[in-house]
Amino acid sequence: MEGPFAAFKWLALANDWQVFAEGFGMTLLYTASSFSLALVLGVVSGMISTTRSRFFRVLVRIYVEIFQNTPLVIQIFFLYNGLPYLGLVLPVFAVGALGVGVYHGAYFSEAIRAGIQSVPKGQMEAALSQGLSHWGALRHIVIPQALPTILPPLTNQVIYLVRNTAVMAMVSGGDLMFRSDSWASEHLHYGPAYVVAGLLYFSICFPLSRLARRLERNSTFSQAGAKT
Amino acid sequence: MTELFAPENLRFLAEGLGTTLIIAFVSIFFSLIIGTALGVMRTHENPLVKAVAGLYVEVIRNIPNLLIIFAMRFLTPLRAIEAAILAFTIFTSAAVAEIVRGGMASIGHGQWEAARSQGFSYFKTLRYIILPQVFRTMVPPLVGQFVTVVKDTCFVWAIGIEELTGKGMILMGKYTTVPQIFMLFGSIALIYFALNFSLSAFARAQARRLHVGTIA
Repeated sequence: MEGPFAAFKWLALANDWQVFAEGFGMTLLYTASSFSLALVLGVVSGMISTTRSRFFRVLVRIYVEIFQNTPLVIQIFFLYNGLPYLGLVLPVFAVGALGVGVYHGAYFSEAIRAGIQSVPKGQMEAALSQGLSHWGALRHIVIPQALPTILPPLTNQVIYLVRNTAVMAMVSGGDLMFRSDSWASEHLHYGPAYVVAGLLYFSICFPLSRLARRLERNSTFSQAGAKT
Repeated sequence: MTELFAPENLRFLAEGLGTTLIIAFVSIFFSLIIGTALGVMRTHENPLVKAVAGLYVEVIRNIPNLLIIFAMRFLTPLRAIEAAILAFTIFTSAAVAEIVRGGMASIGHGQWEAARSQGFSYFKTLRYIILPQVFRTMVPPLVGQFVTVVKDTCFVWAIGIEELTGKGMILMGKYTTVPQIFMLFGSIALIYFALNFSLSAFARAQARRLHVGTIA
């Protein structure tokens, strides 16, 4: 009896557990590096898009629209297959960190912009009238109030970021999706390989989901509290 | 070697775009139905019903879409295109369910009580009172979700389906100069952009009209 989940397939996987451990480690590295890049890009461009400089606002708008409206796969393929034509060969890890980071930076940027804009304008005006600079006012007055609005969508974006690192399997990125899929097709043991990969991704994303839900509840409470 | 924008190449890409749109439309259609049912189940008073829908959404939204695509391709006897549509329906339904749940939460409990007190059954209340209001506020986030679906259709190139990205990559193999390669990347990106930008512009206009936010 040889079902897709037959016992000997699980044993074969247990034997090769290092393949999955290495893939998991790579996925964590892709996540950490692209998250750091996305956070820097998101914070900087999100704050810029609330300034009065029309030029910089338009610049951020172009960045956000281009990266949100074209597929991540195309962006990754461009870095991986396109840039070498210009003599620029990036290591595959850099393709992942850069590609996933810049893509999600656009989403982070929008979440941060929306959060800042949800704070009533009077707060900014009051801070400026007290002699704070624009950045000082953002940093000390506006952003602390914007955080309850920013954090829930931002946390959800981190979940999408983790899930999207799996795109690296399409350019042999050595991540968990790539390692488990190539192990599966090499041995034709798809069932256990996908279940284990799924559980490992779940173990990263589920705590983030819980966190997002808690933050959502907190932000609803604090907003309801502010209204009364 | 033929010119890059020769009619046969354009036809080749158009075929790919057709496959992209078929996968997107069919899975969006089924996801709207299944996702609405799941979203309603998540607000149901029966804890078992609620838990089943909750479990589904939590499992699906915490694993990569590409993994679901691979699993449907290699663990079911379906043909590649059917497996792709099934996978897209599975994860888009979970996303729609989250949007519906969010929309249902914004409807005051008084609406339910008023309808029930007027003799509406549970399903009649949903059908005539609750869902029409929910769908109105759901349009912007739903359209945002459609943008995601269109973008994610590229993943199915990983299981050998020649949609727009796949066709583009095949075509790219026939050309070698820098301008040709960049023109091809540019054209494919532009097609996706045109499609998605129109969708998201519509979502934003709708959001402004209704004074509700979009889900980033």
